[in-house]
Amino acid sequence: MNGVTVVALGRIEETVLEAVTTVLGHTFQIPVRTAPALPEPVFAYDQQRGQYGSVLVLRHILKERAEPASKVLGVTEKDLFIPMLSFVLGQAQLSGPAAVISLARLRQEFYGFAADGDLLITRAMKEAVHEIGHTFGLTHCTDNRCPMSLSNTVQHVDIKGTDLCATCATLFEEKRRQYPTSNNRSSAAG
Amino acid sequence: MMTHWPILVVDDEEVMRESLAAWLREDGYTVDTANSGAEAVEKSRATDFAIYFVDLKMPGGIDGIETMMEIRKIHSDASIIIVTAYATVDTAITAMKEGAQEYIVKPCNPEEISLLVGRIIKVKNLQRENSILRKKLTKQYRFHDIISKSPAMLAIFDLVRDVASLRSTVLIQGESGTGKELIARAIHFSGDRTDKPFIGVSCAALAETLLESELFGHEKGSFTGASAQRRGKFEMAHGGTIFLDEIGDISPKLQMDLLRILQERKFYRVGGAEELEVDVRVIAATNVDLERAVREGKFRDDLYYRLNVISIHIPPLRNRREDIPLLADTFIERIAPELGKEVTGITEGALRILMNHDWPGNVRELENAIERAIVTSKTKMITEEDCAFVGAPRVQEAQEWSVPKDMTLEEVENQVITATLKRTRGNISEAAGILGIDRSTLYDRLKKHNLPRS
Ligand SMILES: [Zn+2]
Ligand SMILES: [Zn+2]
Repeated sequence: MNGVTVVALGRIEETVLEAVTTVLGHTFQIPVRTAPALPEPVFAYDQQRGQYGSVLVLRHILKERAEPASKVLGVTEKDLFIPMLSFVLGQAQLSGPAAVISLARLRQEFYGFAADGDLLITRAMKEAVHEIGHTFGLTHCTDNRCPMSLSNTVQHVDIKGTDLCATCATLFEEKRRQYPTSNNRSSAAG
Repeated sequence: MMTHWPILVVDDEEVMRESLAAWLREDGYTVDTANSGAEAVEKSRATDFAIYFVDLKMPGGIDGIETMMEIRKIHSDASIIIVTAYATVDTAITAMKEGAQEYIVKPCNPEEISLLVGRIIKVKNLQRENSILRKKLTKQYRFHDIISKSPAMLAIFDLVRDVASLRSTVLIQGESGTGKELIARAIHFSGDRTDKPFIGVSCAALAETLLESELFGHEKGSFTGASAQRRGKFEMAHGGTIFLDEIGDISPKLQMDLLRILQERKFYRVGGAEELEVDVRVIAATNVDLERAVREGKFRDDLYYRLNVISIHIPPLRNRREDIPLLADTFIERIAPELGKEVTGITEGALRILMNHDWPGNVRELENAIERAIVTSKTKMITEEDCAFVGAPRVQEAQEWSVPKDMTLEEVENQVITATLKRTRGNISEAAGILGIDRSTLYDRLKKHNLPRS
């Protein structure tokens, strides 16, 4: 069956994984399942930067997909980076199978505030929709309340909602029609 | 819309290349990658990338700076961002000197790079929109070879259409360089004489006797050097139009002859006995105030009234500045290929300089200025730098610049920096370039003088 597999890299709160799974299913109208957690992504650790390379993480989680046509979203507590940037909140392969989000900078503790479980969950949901949206071919949105808008800070993440704006929702429908999922194909055959 | 602007990421390191490309693709850009300077140059031959991210250090083959210089040979206006892992001022200066749009030290803040790319693309979009828009307008505002959208000129175009097929004499007045001959040609070629000759004569260029022979022709042996019979311009223009430029400069004798030809359409060749008759429409032009010349007794009033049947006054360019962008584009489109240059447009800043100038030499002066700017231009766009000579005080005046009294060196420096930033509209890189210092030095001076950073 086609859909999204959510996989934790290391220990992730159950509530976060549940919320992410729910919002992805609701937003993209596809089956979403959770795979057994993988170990911490130590293989992607960069000694010099003290962070984890998102490209290596993406490559690593590819095998966790349920089938080749489906998507996988990795969730990690580790702070991610790409060589060009000081950090990334997440990364995806545009119109590709893999995406990853990092909870590190979504936590209030990162900025010296008291932990806020609900806020963390909301932020994680938005970033999950954002990165999986990329795997469906959606690019950044200019509406800064749309989860597909680019956010480099939590301040901006907090402005965004979890629902795709009308434009992105329409674009998503079009992309799905262009690249029918195996679900659509089987229903068309039947 | 963004997808019209492809980006090339050049780095020998695969993860760096792929991750930056992926990050830019998420933003909606079409991104290609190259793993060496040589591959980048090769790819830039096939595609005109909007932005190049070039890693400074690439082992073996050509490094980032050399890659940039090679790409610039192919695309002189390429926006190149040099990426370096080490914040050394030396390499940054070298990169900027060699024409890098920006240099960034990796890793950099995601916000910073988003803004940088967004800013470059925005400028490119604006430039493209402006040039497309203006090209459309140029077609709309073209009347024969004259470009204008000013109400005064549009009224002249209407008048030209109305009188084109009449035989009445037309007097065109206007400062030099306003395009009097173009109006004369428009009259001729809009009318029913269009398949007949249009003959132009500049009355100021020749001595009286030569002009007389030029206009009316001469018989063999009529004067020294007249070794054969020769037809004059009036005869050549038979059935068509004769354009007499600088009519205000002709002698009293010629004024008489012209009056006769206008009254009777008849004349004699110099030294000839046979009276010739021609059907010629006369269009005369002058940049002197003929009415005043008549009052001062320098020009025959009867000739003036004969010439001034239909009167056209072309306004100077400074009174129709709205035409300057249209004219600039027209000249660029025509002159750049003639000079073998790739210039296709003009920046807003450069245009502002042109529009602020008074153009005493009018359209012709503007045309010459555009030609000069194209010659010096190093990019596809004419920039403010290329137009710096417009309206600039002549060298002599510049040498007379006197240092204001009672000013400390500090104050002079403050004023020079302020004025330069005003000129670059707050652009630090540009101001630093003009002042011949690097950006960090300029930032230091701004801090020292307590000046705002933008
Ligand atoms: Zn994104
Ligand atoms: Zn949107």
